[in-house]
This record gives sequence, structure tokens and C-alpha cells, in this order.
Amino acid sequence: MANIISDETIEYIGILAKLELSGQEKEQARSDMGRMLDYIDRLGELDTSDVEPVSHVFPVHNVFREDVVINGDMREQMLSNAPKQKDGMFVAPRTFA
Amino acid sequence: MRMTEMTAVELSAAIRAGQVTAVEAVEEMLAGIEERDALYNCYVTVDREGALAQAQAVQAQIEAGELTGPLAGVPVAVKDNLCTKGLRTTCASRMLENFVPTYTAEAVVNLRKAGAVILGKTNMDEFAMGSTTETSAYGVTRNPWNRKHVPGGSSGGSAAAVAAGECICALGSDTGGSIRQPAAYCGMVGMKPTYGTVSRYGLIAYGSSLDQIGPLTKDVRDCAAMLEAIASHDVKDSTSLQRQDTDFMAALTEDVQGMRIGIPNDYLGEGLDEDVRAAVLKAAEELAGRGAVVERFDLSLVEYAIPAYYTIAAAEASSNLERFDGIKYGHRTTDDAGLHSMYRKSRSEGFGEEVKRRIMLGSFVLSSGYYDAYYLKALRVKALIKKAFDEAFAKYDVILGPVAPTTAPKLGESLADPLKMYLGDIYTIAVNLAGLPAISLPCGKDRKGLPIGLQLIGDCFQEKKLIRAAYTYEKSRGPFGTAVGAEKRTAAGERTQADTGSFRASGEGQIAQCGMLRHGGKSGRPESEQSTEGTDRTDRTGGIPS
Amino acid sequence: MSKQYETVIGLEVHVELATKTKIFCGCSTAFGAAPNTQTCPVCTGMPGSLPVLNRQVLEYAIAVGLATNCDITRYAKFDRKNYFYPDNPQNYQISQLYLPICRNGGVEIETKEGGRKTVGIHEIHMEEDAGKLLHDAWEDCSLVDYNRSGVPLIEIVSEPDMRSAEEVIAYLEKLRLLIQYLGASDCKLQEGSMRADVNLSVREAGAEQFGTRTEMKNLNSFKAISRAIAGETERQIDLIESGEKVVQETRRWDDVKGESYVMRSKEDAQDYRYFPDPDLVPVVVSDEMLQKIRAAQPEFRNEKMRRYREEFGLPDYDIEIITESRHMADLFEAATAICGQPKKVSNWLMGETLRLMKEKETDAQDLCFSPEHLAKLIRLTDEKVITGAVAKEVFEVMFTENIDPEQYAEEKGLKTVNDEGALQKTVAEVIAANPQSVEDYRNGKEKAIGFLVGQTMKAMKGKADPAAVNRILKEACRK
Repeated sequence: MANIISDETIEYIGILAKLELSGQEKEQARSDMGRMLDYIDRLGELDTSDVEPVSHVFPVHNVFREDVVINGDMREQMLSNAPKQKDGMFVAPRTFA
Repeated sequence: MRMTEMTAVELSAAIRAGQVTAVEAVEEMLAGIEERDALYNCYVTVDREGALAQAQAVQAQIEAGELTGPLAGVPVAVKDNLCTKGLRTTCASRMLENFVPTYTAEAVVNLRKAGAVILGKTNMDEFAMGSTTETSAYGVTRNPWNRKHVPGGSSGGSAAAVAAGECICALGSDTGGSIRQPAAYCGMVGMKPTYGTVSRYGLIAYGSSLDQIGPLTKDVRDCAAMLEAIASHDVKDSTSLQRQDTDFMAALTEDVQGMRIGIPNDYLGEGLDEDVRAAVLKAAEELAGRGAVVERFDLSLVEYAIPAYYTIAAAEASSNLERFDGIKYGHRTTDDAGLHSMYRKSRSEGFGEEVKRRIMLGSFVLSSGYYDAYYLKALRVKALIKKAFDEAFAKYDVILGPVAPTTAPKLGESLADPLKMYLGDIYTIAVNLAGLPAISLPCGKDRKGLPIGLQLIGDCFQEKKLIRAAYTYEKSRGPFGTAVGAEKRTAAGERTQADTGSFRASGEGQIAQCGMLRHGGKSGRPESEQSTEGTDRTDRTGGIPS
Repeated sequence: MSKQYETVIGLEVHVELATKTKIFCGCSTAFGAAPNTQTCPVCTGMPGSLPVLNRQVLEYAIAVGLATNCDITRYAKFDRKNYFYPDNPQNYQISQLYLPICRNGGVEIETKEGGRKTVGIHEIHMEEDAGKLLHDAWEDCSLVDYNRSGVPLIEIVSEPDMRSAEEVIAYLEKLRLLIQYLGASDCKLQEGSMRADVNLSVREAGAEQFGTRTEMKNLNSFKAISRAIAGETERQIDLIESGEKVVQETRRWDDVKGESYVMRSKEDAQDYRYFPDPDLVPVVVSDEMLQKIRAAQPEFRNEKMRRYREEFGLPDYDIEIITESRHMADLFEAATAICGQPKKVSNWLMGETLRLMKEKETDAQDLCFSPEHLAKLIRLTDEKVITGAVAKEVFEVMFTENIDPEQYAEEKGLKTVNDEGALQKTVAEVIAANPQSVEDYRNGKEKAIGFLVGQTMKAMKGKADPAAVNRILKEACRK
């Protein structure tokens, strides 16, 4: 396997992706990711030095909405799936130091 | 004819003619679900009351002459990653176990406008990540042709529901083959339209630049009718296109005279099952017999589509799924002491293994120091793949090939090796990268009696050509047969008790009582050696008399 | 301190644009609504929702770019900036990294020494604002209000061209004026519609290389910015002097304590994984679009000042003050256009308006009286329908309630009495009541007439024309 994924990398990606993996899951993730990256490395066989990266396949551009208020008060609906709410707001764990 | 065996167009005509009512149609479907869904687990949520209420309203509109289209009164199923107001939408994830959307996806709104009645939400791979519908948090879905096999995925529940007669037609979504491949495995017609044809508003995103919603139906005519109903320009979706040519039913003509059809040699290479290969080539001959000009060519780059696809899809997914954090909706851990610990626990508890795998990969390829090497590289390869298709479509009207290298694998075979599962997407994935339309329709059965799918790929906006070619082939092929009762006919010699053990299909306990399955008593021999009923040469290649 | 140090400062200025709706959805941006009443699936990050760009946001961003001499990017895109925080509902912010809408601009500021220098603008990009977090002390948790989530922002990133707090303030004032003139934002630091993050490093005087910089956030006033710059400069010099290293980090300024502290924890790896947002399509700025926006650019301050001098002949002091706010300049021009008396309009602005602004702590851009009413007030005074004293009284009400001065004077009975008979009668009474003063006047004491006028005005409750009173009194005394 050409791509050796370190424990630190798995830990780092876990922080970025906000996932907490168990010891076994980490081991699995190391090996899975290593294999996938080896496979993805095949793309290196292609010379793309003159190729522009394409994020949108179609040349569609300038899609706008006009600056007109169309939404009314939807608070109740927006909160309807909240695991916790209080005083018309969503409840999150403390963010203030 | 029983209603469950009717196509959407037939059933709607019968309803509009007053032979049956929309309510009766829904009742019959609900009875079918009641009777059979324990076997297949096509649905995550069945909306019994909602469907009956809709049916009554639709019936009144039909009687008042307000609904006259080909889907009026037709009971349909919707993949569980499409938001439905007031009806639980789970993405087959524990994360969204209790999520009830406050709005309805535009494609579903369009279906309802056409008079279709939503029966419920179908099972799928969690967040559409998978090719077998085995990654669902709500149990695996089984293939109605043979319950030991997967229905394909990720829209496996939708495909299986149509095949099992638990709805007339269904909506799926296709990011890398997720409509076409389950359609192939379940012997149905499935279409992935040109990117931007159907609004993605309300589709819970997997890979936003690749996702498209499309129909899963019993025949090409239903496919055209359904696509015509759901295609729309939506101001709420910036990537939605303004198209004038969405009268897809107008393309239902038997005419491929002079149509140039190319078969990529790359699609017939190593790894392709012999039965699949034979059936696909037979279908090509059939089209040639109807006046099409068929030839082989080299498409190139096919083997690079998978790595490019998994890089792009995983990257987009890692970002799209960040919103599931336990604050606004979805699963939240009970142990939510600190902010970051709450995030990590909620997400780790809410997401399944495959979803976590792709989020990790996606986060990695976008992370500092790797973005250029992986993500940008994949976008460049995507450009090359698009170019290869552009060149091909300069020569051909339609590209023909298989949908998948094999027919439906057995339950449990694919998940053991994710990479191998990804490789199964080889013929479908490039279409999403290039934004192209493609249709999948049955062209035969393999020696086990499992359906084989034929894939026709068109240039952007050329759905009508695809429909014309598919319709011509379908007429030429003749009736394909139905999965309902298929196991009785073809499962001789196969043990019905699936050998994978641990999945938790909700119908597990009821299989024995059902009495639909018969043991043929030829166990112990490899499947390839078994001679099963109805799988002679002609049947395998689609039942076309040579 | 033996060595000389130089402070190097660059700013990231966030400006909330004055659109009616949010950047990607049709929710109102009005300030002060009840929590979460201005939210929808898009700005709360509901699954399946999608963004669509508000055209006005793009037009404002381009207008600001043109006003700050930027190159406008003809093919711009939006990118996702990924980070988890409860005020960020999708846990990614839609922003611009790779192809921002404006680049390579600059504005000229005046330095303390009276010279001029250009502060370069590296780029301007469009992005969405985050929601607001409130701390709930009762349950020790945070409450999230998404009303502000999705409010459009532009971020103006300067080059590290500033060397002192004065230059920073001058630069901010300049930006504020330009943007207010464009009507693209009200730019209020206290309300958060303009927010500045300070990137600061120090280096030995004469050094070529920049030192390691820190970023400071939460600066809500010019005063806080000055104090934070002084504090951070000192902190960094202390570190260097004591042989320690400055760490590149984000710090939060606490203006009460007068110190800053590090904001991030180890759970926040600052790796934003930017990539092009697949839900939004590129923006292509055509010549035509650019032309249209350029044509609609207002006359900016310098041009206005020149014109006021030439066209209206106003004193420099008046011009300086009037043009300091686009709103006041508009008021001035509109009122002048109606009444044709620039100096009189200016006098009202310089005098009563400034006095009341100070007294009532009103911002120039929040002046509510209309130019029509001001012009009318001037006309009423000119035509002697009301007296100068009454006009001031009426203006004070106009200042707070924008009443129609004519209607108000009518209703309150404040109009000057031009009834010659009534005036004669009052004058006769005053003369009768003050024989000594009449006598004094007749004996050549000119001053005495003043007293008599005052008495008459008092009896008329100020509603008489003083000139007429003077004339009639003099006539009566001579009899």
C-alpha cells in the first residue's frame, strides 16, 4: 500500500469531520482510506496539465433571484425538528468561554 | 388485468374511464404492501391515511375534469431522500429517524400536481451511499426476483417496490447509477435525466454536482410520462435548467432508422459477466435489425471515472452532511456536555459505517495540502471524461452498453469489500460526471433468472433519442415478465434462507409463513451449474425469438 | 526600549449590505425581529434546501469594487468554507476564495502629517453572515437565532499598508463614506453592520520582512480599534523583547478589560477545506452589467465638494460637513432644488440641524425630515408667514417627526398675524401701558423702541412680523 495513513491523520480528519471513531473503527478507516487513495492515485497516470478543472458541466451562469421578501414568519416550522429549543431558539451546548 | 400488473398509463386511463377509482387503486396497493412488504422491505414509511386522503381528492379532481394527464390517480412511491412535508424523511439513516420536513421536494410537488398519489417512502442506502440498499439503518431490501439477492442501490427500495407490485412507479435519485443499477437488478426501467432537468430542491444532497432525480417504472412509456411530469425549471434550484423540450411522451415512437449507436469496447472488457455481455450484444443486434447503425468504438478513460467520481462525490458529501450536527434537527447524543463532543458523538451515533467512510475520505481529499492533488485533479479528469463523451457524441446518437458488470449480487457479498462494490459502478458513473442522460431497461435474464439491464446513454438534452431507442427496443423485445411470483418460477434449487445472517430485515420472521417460496431440492451445487426453470437461452437474452 | 519598532496593519472589513432580503433566500433582513422569525429552510440549513443568489448583492459588491478602484472579476464563483459552529447552520459558510468578485483596488487616505497615501485592497468577496448566539446563563447553554444567518456581507481585505491606528481609522472612515454614498450599507460599527478584524504584526524599523501577524476580532468602535492596536502592538513587542515568538493566531479583544485572548481550541483545526459550491453557478460579469452599474454610481464626496464650491458658492466649512454624509448632502441638494436658496438651506443644516443632532445623538444618516419640508420652512419664513423664532420651534418638531411645517403652524396657530387692525390695536395698548418708554423714544432714545417692539411681540405671542411691528410703533409714537 503506497498510502500509509497515520493515526494522527485519522485523528485530524476525525476532528475536521466531527466524527469520533472507536479504536477498531480507526484501524478500519486507516486501511480503507489507504486503499481508496491508492486507487485514486491512478488519476496521476493522466496528464492533466493543460486541463482546466470543471466543477459545473454546463455553461450555466448568472442565476439570480430579485431582492424581494417572499418569506414570512416560519419560526414554528423551522424549530419543529429541533432536538432542544427554548424561547424560540435552538439550544446548543455552551459556546461562550 | 390486476391493478398491480398495470402500468401507470394503463391504470390512469382505467381510472379516468371510470373503470376503477383512485381510491381503489391505492387500497389495492396498500393491500399489496401489507401482504408482501414484510418479504422485501421496500418501504421505510407507508403513509396509509395520507395516501387515501390524496386519492379521494384526486378522484374528485378527475371527476371534475381537472386532472386529465397520464399519471392522474396513479399510486407512486418516493425515495426516502426526497423531502415530503409532514411525512417522515429518513435518508435511511438513524440520523434522521424522526425528521419530518416542513416542505416538499419540487419533483414530488410536480408529481402530485400531475395527480399521482404518494404511498410512502422507500428504502435506500443510507444517504444514497451504496449500491445494494444494504447500508440502510432500516434493514436491507430484498430483490423481488430472488430474495437472496440485493435489489441494487441506492434506490433499491423504489426499484423493488415497483417490481414487487407495491406501487405502480417510483422516484429515485441517481448520483453514480443509483436509479439505473437497481432498475437493472429488478428488471425495471430507470432513467437518469440530464443534470438540471429535474429540480434538486428538496432532495437531500449526496453529491450535489452529480445528483439527479428520475423515474423507476415498468416500461418506457411510464418512464417518459413520469419524466415529463417531474421535469421543470425551478427558480429555487440555481442548477435547474430551462428546457422547452420536456414533452417526452412525444418521443414514444418505434423508429431507430439510421440512428447511430456506438458500443464502447471499454464497456465489454474484463469483469463483465458473460450472460450480461451476451444479452447486451443481443439487444444491440435487435436495434440494428430495426435500422440502427451499430458499431464498436473506444470511449477511453472509463477506468478513471471511478476514482474521479469517488473523490468528487465524497468531497461534496463530506460538506453536504456537515449540517447534521444535532442542533437544528436529527439525532443528538444524550451525552451532550461540550460542543465539540456533542458534534462528534451525535454524528458518530447517527451515521452508519459507509457514510462515515465517505465523509472521512471526502474531508481528507479537501484538507490542506491534498486539495490540488486529489480534488482538483479529479475535476480535471472529469473535464477529460466530458470531452471523451463529446467526441463520441459527434459520431453517435446513442451509446449502448451494460448497466452493471453482473446481475444482482447476493445479500452480504458486496459490503465486505467497499472498493469492490465501488468498482461495480464502472458503467454508470461516467454519465453522472458528464451530466448526461441515460436509461436502463431490461434486456434479458442470466442463468439464475435475474434480470439484466441494458443502458443507453445520450448526449446532454437528448432524452428523446433515448426514449425513442428504448421504446423501439422494448417493443421489439416483447413483454419482459414480472417479478411477482418470479421466485416460484426460477428459484428452484436455491435455498431461500439467506446465508448472510445478520441483517435485520423487518420481514425476517414472516418469511416462513408467507408460503410464496418453494425449495427446489437441488441445493449443494454451485449456482452456475443449476439448470433452473425458464432460463433457457432465449429467456436469458430477453426472450426474443432469434 | 532600545529598538524602534514599526506596526504593520491590514484590515478585513465585513460590511452588511443594505438589501431587503438575504443573500440566498427571500427572508427579510430587517433588524430587530423576534428570534428566528426571519428564517426559512435555506438560511437554517434544512436538508434539501438550495441557495439562489440575490442579484442586488452582486450589484452592490461590484459598485463597492468600482468605488475602491478594484478590478472586477468577470468570472467569479462561490466556495464553501467548512467549519462547525452553531451559528453556522450548514456548518459551511458560502463565501468566495478562489475567484472573488473584486481584486487589486485601493483608496487614498490622509495621513496624520497631512500627506496622502494609498491603502491597497487585496480583494472584496461576497459571503453570508452567521446567526447570533446568546448565552443562557440559567441552563448554561447557548441559544441560536438564525435571523442574521444569510444576511449578505462583503468582506474587504486590505493589503498590510497601514502603520498606525490613525491610518486605520482614516481608512475605515473612507470606506464608510464610500459605501454609504453608494447606499450599499449604513456601515454602523456599533450595530455590527460594519465590522473590522485587525491583522497586526510588528517589525524592527527598517526591516524588510514582515513579522508574524495575529488577527484580532470583536472590535465594535473606533475607540476599541485604537485601543486594541495599541495593546496588541505592545504585547507583540514585549514578546519579541523577551526573546519569545509571536504565534499566528486569532485573538478576541475584550474592550472592558483592555486585553485580548486566544479564541480557538484544539478542536478547531483551521483547515476550512474550501471548494467551489456545486449548488451555485458562476457569476459572469458582462460589459453591459458593468456599464449599468458604473452609470448608476453616485457622485462621490470629492466631486460633490468641488461642485458645491462652484455651483453654490458655499463656504468650505459648510461643504465639509454637509458632504460628510450622503444623506445630508442629498437633503441639501433636494431642498435647494426646491427653494433655490443654497445658503439658507445650508444655514439650517449647519445651525439648528447640527445642534439638534448633538443634543439628540442622531446620526446624519438617520435624519428623518424631508427636503420638501425644509424647503417649505424656508419659504414660510421668507414670505413672513412665520417668524424666525417660530420657524426654529417648528423645525424642532420637524426634526423628530418630519411634520409638514405649514400644516403644523396652521394647526398650532403659529402663523404671523398680518392683520393690520389687530396689530394697530395691540400697539395702541402697548403705547398706553408704557408712556415712559414712548416719551424716551420721542426724546431721541432710539433704544426705547426695542423695548416696545418686544412688548408688542410678547403680546402677539411672537406671531407678528417684527418689521411691521417696528414700523407701526414708530408711526404711532410720532403721532
